[in-house]
Amino acid sequence: MATQLKDTRITQSLPQGSVSWPLPPRVRPEFANHDKATLESYLASAPLEEVDIADPLWWETDTNHVYFRRLREEAPIFFTHVNSNRHRGFWNVTRWNDVMAVDTNHQVFSSEAMLGGITLFDMDSDFIMPMFIAMDQPKHDVQRKAVNPIVSGQNLAGYEELIRSRTCEVLDSLPRGEAFDWVDKVSIELTSRMLATLFGWPQERRRMLTYWSDVSTSDPELPGSPGKEERQGILLGMLQEFTMLWNERVNAEPTGDLVSMLAHNPATRNMPPMEFMGNLVLLIVGGNDTTRNSITGGLYFLNKNPGEYAKLKANHDLVENMVSEIIRYQTPLAHMRRTALQDTVLGGQLIHKGDKVVMWYSSANRDDTVLDRPDEFIIDRARARQHMSFGFGIHRCVGNRLAELQLKILWEEILKRFDTIEVLEEPERVPSAFVRGYKSMMVRIPA
Amino acid sequence: MVKIIYVEHTGARHEVNVPEGENLMEGAVQNNVPGIDGDCGGNAACATCHCYIPSEWQALTGERSELEDSMIELADTAQPNSRLACQIKASAALDGLEVHMPATQH
Repeated sequence: MATQLKDTRITQSLPQGSVSWPLPPRVRPEFANHDKATLESYLASAPLEEVDIADPLWWETDTNHVYFRRLREEAPIFFTHVNSNRHRGFWNVTRWNDVMAVDTNHQVFSSEAMLGGITLFDMDSDFIMPMFIAMDQPKHDVQRKAVNPIVSGQNLAGYEELIRSRTCEVLDSLPRGEAFDWVDKVSIELTSRMLATLFGWPQERRRMLTYWSDVSTSDPELPGSPGKEERQGILLGMLQEFTMLWNERVNAEPTGDLVSMLAHNPATRNMPPMEFMGNLVLLIVGGNDTTRNSITGGLYFLNKNPGEYAKLKANHDLVENMVSEIIRYQTPLAHMRRTALQDTVLGGQLIHKGDKVVMWYSSANRDDTVLDRPDEFIIDRARARQHMSFGFGIHRCVGNRLAELQLKILWEEILKRFDTIEVLEEPERVPSAFVRGYKSMMVRIPA
Repeated sequence: MVKIIYVEHTGARHEVNVPEGENLMEGAVQNNVPGIDGDCGGNAACATCHCYIPSEWQALTGERSELEDSMIELADTAQPNSRLACQIKASAALDGLEVHMPATQH
């Protein structure tokens, strides 16, 4: 206690140890308008300590890179105080090597749900959902191992034909010569079908999985999003539906889907309901948002870089390398967060026990001290697999190979069918510092 | 140069000369040996250079570090003789080492 009182920052930013709901109003300068140029010029010159990069504005407008470039150069480990009555304040870790150091130091940097979990904003303290990504060793390891086999190399080989036939079906059903939303018709369609298969969930109700994924990552403050309590109610509804599936499968022969695997594995078969719900949320979000937004992002990047699109059309063998480059350039989850379990020094900064430490994967993926021309989208980039988007250490994305397979098959089949797909306007982005994604993107396939 | 023989799951052999001091993940990647990815660049942080070391070589290739051990234990294909190639450095003593690879990396 005595050491805490000496630290003005902690006593100022942690008056009750957590934020209270509803959150106090957000501090943000007033802008004449929210166009990209205005916001980027502000981020390029504002005092670093004035900016709250957790503000959805910087993500909805895709302007955050300007600020992260400055942090990497001027203050690579930087504490955000502004709006700390909303998020308790957090350390920004922005360079590749520092992110790697945090991500691989599981003894000092905890993922524990009870400490707030793995996102910048803490889990609701009255609605803690334990899930293996938000657990430390040893419990993390045994739960992760329970689901690992579904996305292992051998199992994926069995999915390949199914993924390809569905991809063909979806692509063949697309309209020609008219505008349509790529996010809805392709990205969500493909990822929701895959998720339904993984969970052994009825295909005709696959969009429920998308809905629950969106709800679980939604910002209760944003207009149109369910409020905090409504959100909890929706997730409890999800739990109810999945509990019925669990009850059917727990006493039946294993069926190889995620629900059956969780129900049969000794490490997970006695999970309390909130933990079952937490792991469902983890696996649904993990298999949904990420691949969905890389599917959209890839098409967007190729349209923004016609030279790369031409390179791809001339050489279809580049697909596999391009898939890694798409995942780097998109970085569908912008960050993961940890909580320091002890005082520690990172990049010359003293991090206190209990501090939130945010690893910005989206920034590390643009670190030009490690990557060559990282701001450019280069489909034949050398060693494109070396990106931060899947994270590193024990929490590294478990479904990374499935994601790569889905994207690879999609692009192989696109190239067989369409000479080009035109993006008609700037996509509408998700206003979130966690999910870096797209709400919609209007495109047209020439007739 | 140290002669390292990378053996794919299918039995296909790739004989490669790796400079002394370079790790065996780099040795594979630089020589386009299929089956070793090295996504994390050699930090024992991804387990995409997972390999098996024959028992007669284990004393010379050393022990797993704590992080390496954690990463290997999460792989479905882990065996007692599993190592991450990025954590083994080529040295004269390893000349002729056979490094066996799993069917797929994860």
